[in-house]
Amino acid sequence: MINTKYFLKGYVSIKGVDSPAIALAASFIAIGALFKTIGLNIQESIFSTFLTYALPGSLIMAESLIVGASLLNIFLAVWLVNARLYPMTVSLFPLLMHKSQPKLKYYLACHFIAVSAWLIMKENYKAVERKYRLDFWIGVGAANLSVAVSATAFGFFIADHLNKDMMIGLAIVNPVYFTCVMVGAMKTIQMSLAVILGSLLGIVFYFVSPEWCILLGGFTAGTFAFFIGESSVT
Amino acid sequence: MSLNIVLAILVTSLATYISRFLGVITSNKIKENSKIFRWFNCLAYSTLSALLARIIIFPAGALAEVDYFIRFIVVFICLIIFLISKKNFVYPTVLSALFLYLLSSNF
Repeated sequence: MINTKYFLKGYVSIKGVDSPAIALAASFIAIGALFKTIGLNIQESIFSTFLTYALPGSLIMAESLIVGASLLNIFLAVWLVNARLYPMTVSLFPLLMHKSQPKLKYYLACHFIAVSAWLIMKENYKAVERKYRLDFWIGVGAANLSVAVSATAFGFFIADHLNKDMMIGLAIVNPVYFTCVMVGAMKTIQMSLAVILGSLLGIVFYFVSPEWCILLGGFTAGTFAFFIGESSVT
Repeated sequence: MSLNIVLAILVTSLATYISRFLGVITSNKIKENSKIFRWFNCLAYSTLSALLARIIIFPAGALAEVDYFIRFIVVFICLIIFLISKKNFVYPTVLSALFLYLLSSNF
């Protein structure tokens, strides 16, 4: 089913210096503590991180529980904020496709799509033989998910010892890490434009609609970046 | 476990999984050297950047309690550290928590 050698190779890739492990742990410690504060028990907290494994969605769920939003509202809000996972999947999975792998495995392995694992894979896929890329990816995803779940549990247990300023400190780690990653990814005109326009339009569209700003801003910026980048190459 | 919370967790996971699932369906039809693949790559990076900008400028949760200016300064300083440390990810991430902790507890 899964090639153990490549799975383990993927699993240990989280140890690298550019690894998202620190950022991932910091933000899920904060989520674990937040879950405890709003009244979830330890099983529910772990269950939530294990099943959702996408930070902005979990944050929205937590806030919705506080204000008592309806399930439909939660669904729509989470879908909107996590819809970015769609282009992320489409920009990664074609690289992992191989006819020897069963289809079902792709539908299960896509659960690991979250920015941290996605970035490791984008950086490393070329070094992995195509046939085993999916196994490598499952290893990367499992490693990231283990960090996320352990950090949630840890955050839950130390919640009473975290004051407000510490929570704020933990909350900035992830955005800072990913800002660095995005700046590091600006290697071509196309990528630089995608990142710069994405940030600018994300903010501009916030004034039009806070719910839709990520999708509308991202879509407009990405499309502009694509066309300008393509025309500059030819 | 309380039913409300379990339902909320299930709904959240489902809403998240849908985008991943549809992504795999689309991936089946896309070649990695095609233009449409490059377009999706731009979309992935631009939506991530839009999300990041939103989190930093209009945050939800704990970050919302810090002044906009302080958040901006911390991100800016960390980015400078990242660039002068030859793109080391550990220094800016660890220091960001420390800077913001110090700034938000003193101002």
